[in-house]
Amino acid sequence: MAQTVHVLVGTKKGAFVFKSDAARSSWALHGPFCEAWPINHVAADPGTGIIYAGGGNEWYGPAVWKSGDFGATWSHSSEGLAYEAGADPIKSVWSVAAANGCLYAGVEPAGLFRSEDGGQRWSHIAGLRDHPSRPHWQPGGGGLILHSLVPHPDNDQRLWIGISTGGVFHTADGGKTWEPRNQGTRADFLPEGENYPEYGQCVHCVVSAPGLPDRLYQQNHCGMYRSDDGGMNWQSIEAGLPSAFGFPATVHPRDPDTLYLVPLNGDILGRYVPDGKAAVWRTRDGGKTWTDLRAGLPQESAFFGVLRQAMATDRLEPAGVYFGTGTGTLYASTDEGDHWTAIAEHLPTITSVETLVMDD
Amino acid sequence: MPETGAEPPAVTVTLPETLTALFPGSLPRIDMPAANVVEVIENLEARWPGMRDRLCDSTPKLRRRINVFVEGRRVPLDTDLAPGASVHIMTGICEGG
Repeated sequence: MAQTVHVLVGTKKGAFVFKSDAARSSWALHGPFCEAWPINHVAADPGTGIIYAGGGNEWYGPAVWKSGDFGATWSHSSEGLAYEAGADPIKSVWSVAAANGCLYAGVEPAGLFRSEDGGQRWSHIAGLRDHPSRPHWQPGGGGLILHSLVPHPDNDQRLWIGISTGGVFHTADGGKTWEPRNQGTRADFLPEGENYPEYGQCVHCVVSAPGLPDRLYQQNHCGMYRSDDGGMNWQSIEAGLPSAFGFPATVHPRDPDTLYLVPLNGDILGRYVPDGKAAVWRTRDGGKTWTDLRAGLPQESAFFGVLRQAMATDRLEPAGVYFGTGTGTLYASTDEGDHWTAIAEHLPTITSVETLVMDD
Repeated sequence: MPETGAEPPAVTVTLPETLTALFPGSLPRIDMPAANVVEVIENLEARWPGMRDRLCDSTPKLRRRINVFVEGRRVPLDTDLAPGASVHIMTGICEGG
């Protein structure tokens, strides 16, 4: 069966959609969309093919954009996407995720919303902001944002979220109550002896492994971690990496032990790829060992970073891997990371990369 | 004096192109009955649902970079309007690349 691959790209100046057939050797660029608003995340509902884009405009505020025709036309809504009168207003939508018939949106200042009508009307999941830890949440470099949304694939009552800087939280009752899931993750920015708090860690990205919903991977500001019990306990898997600091993590579409990262040179040293040489790092054994993948990536004078939502895999065989840089280059691999090609350059700063594969 | 319950006199409202681009079918210049700026926003919301969210935040105030000018003067939401007033809704300056 023929397939069309869509690479969905969010940037500081609009959303873009790249299309190819299953060979993934030639890409057509479509966009910019969303009236060139800053778009933090573009993601599709794989069941319907509807594309959603979350962002916020300095003038017109936050909204979730929607396209039911793979980017040809778009509408937007923010109905109900608001806190109570008097609270700091929502500045921007940071993440979107479709799961279990619902659409979720994470926003800045950190909070969570759900839509049950495909993004037209939104309801605040107030239980999260009612958590007693909320007064202690602190803005990270990107603001006080709720970025990672990890719905359980089979249980619509369970969801993990990541807040920078607040930590990982989990609900088992559809959002009414939440508990922190940060045991074993460090906060190096706290005084000695207080580096393993119950909450307050700077989470950069959380993903779950295919086929193992309680296997989570977390790129943190302070380390790289894996959990095999839904985040109850985290183990460091950073040994063998050039740096424990980075933003994105993305899993293989079928293998729960295969994960991709882009480590950077540290939080106060520019946040570049180390030594000006770009590499994606891959593990095939759940983080026990790591391999650097460099073929086709610049190996001198590369001073870019990759943001937390800017890497993804597709579901083809072999899996495609994609990442977008802060300097506007979109790289793709059609062989699970062994070789890379730049499929677009000179885009605005890339904030997110996701994929949608449709059977024609 | 108008009769009790009578519609307010009409004012003329102009909207920025970047706003009308978000609402298919919306118009850059319209006449509407409105006694104050709040009623202008309500009228726009009734015509093109969602437009209030683009102009006002949930505090609720005009968004920080949305300016409303009446007869050349920048005004807040609670400003009364004279019959025939010209209301210009404009985007403010925002620095950066």
